[in-house]
Amino acid sequence: MEVRLKVNGVDHMGDVEPRVLLVDFIRTNLRLTGTHIGCDTTSCGACTVLVDGTPLKSCTLLAVQVSGRSITTVEGLAAGAAMSPMQTGFHEEHGLQCGFCTPGMMLVGTALLERNPNPTEDEIRWAISGNICRCTGYMNIVKAIQHAAAIKAAAAKAPPAAEAVAAGGGK
Amino acid sequence: MFPAAFDYRAPASLAEAVDILRQRGEEAKVMAGGQSLIPLLKLRFSQPALVVDIGRLHNLAGIERRDGHLHVGALTKHVDIERSTELRSLCPILPEAAHWIADPLVRNQGTVGGSVCHADPAGDWGSVMLALGADFVAHSEAGDRVIHAADFFAGPFTTALRPDEILTEIRIPVAAHSAGAYNKLERKVGDFATVAVAVQVTLDGGKIKSAGIGLTSVGDRNLKAADAEKSLAGKEPTDAAIAEAARLAAQAAEPKSDIRGSAEYKKDVVRVFVQRGLKTAITRAREGKG
Repeated sequence: MEVRLKVNGVDHMGDVEPRVLLVDFIRTNLRLTGTHIGCDTTSCGACTVLVDGTPLKSCTLLAVQVSGRSITTVEGLAAGAAMSPMQTGFHEEHGLQCGFCTPGMMLVGTALLERNPNPTEDEIRWAISGNICRCTGYMNIVKAIQHAAAIKAAAAKAPPAAEAVAAGGGK
Repeated sequence: MFPAAFDYRAPASLAEAVDILRQRGEEAKVMAGGQSLIPLLKLRFSQPALVVDIGRLHNLAGIERRDGHLHVGALTKHVDIERSTELRSLCPILPEAAHWIADPLVRNQGTVGGSVCHADPAGDWGSVMLALGADFVAHSEAGDRVIHAADFFAGPFTTALRPDEILTEIRIPVAAHSAGAYNKLERKVGDFATVAVAVQVTLDGGKIKSAGIGLTSVGDRNLKAADAEKSLAGKEPTDAAIAEAARLAAQAAEPKSDIRGSAEYKKDVVRVFVQRGLKTAITRAREGKG
């Protein structure tokens, strides 16, 4: 069955069985292995991608189900060599240990800041409550998202410097 | 993990969807958001020959208020109920229950109609709809059929829907001086409820005109605590009346001992949650919320 997806801004087409999960289409057909398979039972959020900007679990979607939609994976966050504010936040605040949950965490954080640019700590914790960090590094993940919010707020105040801030850490 | 092979259809209209079900309903599963069905397909607990994905029927999503009812489209996502500021005052039990369903990522995709049709005894919406006295609208080629919430849940993962029918809408009566509350105990975000209780109360002057009580995870389906509901009708909302209703609701619960707690413990949680829920609901109804 035909699947058409825009992934990180690039159009892709595939011919797959209806039972193929979105996460497998992304990893196997498109070879984008930044999207992880953790629990494979809708529990952990390692497979999170953005579908039209909304974070969803790609292990619990059929590829055919989202045909025609626009997907962002972790590979789509950076602009060339320039890390996104969320990636910079995770880098600066040591927001990862083993890194397995990190793609999902960063995508959930990115979507949260789109909707709520200045979230409270509680709102951040609630937003990431569907994503499990087995290293239990939640403290720094929360700090990383707060750091990203601060970068974005600073960039919004001084629009011309936005790219430099995104690339340079924005301390 | 991946599901057993199935045919897949994504109809572009409700008419096309029910036409497919007329022909192949017996061997088909209807999928809305897929957040309950896809895990079952992956575990191969469910192996339908055909999946009918109604997720593209966008006019089945959304909430309208008319004729004294909230008309909740079957494809309305949990997240849209959770974030609705209008519902917070109009029918507070809906956003309160939505907030505790699964986790934020599942709530972004899962639908209220899909959840009630999945009919998991641990599902949250079933109990809420029982407490609210909601009506379910089932559509087939023969037209619409209205099923009361109390008649909808036939057993574990089983509803009164026929194989050729699709749930299109849930109708919830809205009245003045009526409000509800949802209390849920879960070990962690995303786990099934250990116990949850939905309560809706309508006041008339100083008295309780009617009450609805739905129980989650304490039976083979979402249970309606009918004796407890009846015990409250016409009563003043005293501590004694509330305690008696809570006792009757705990009696109606049929929990099993499992990893989440003993049957005795769960019955007592029902009692506590009915008391707590009634007190919250009565306060909200007096404040004009709901």
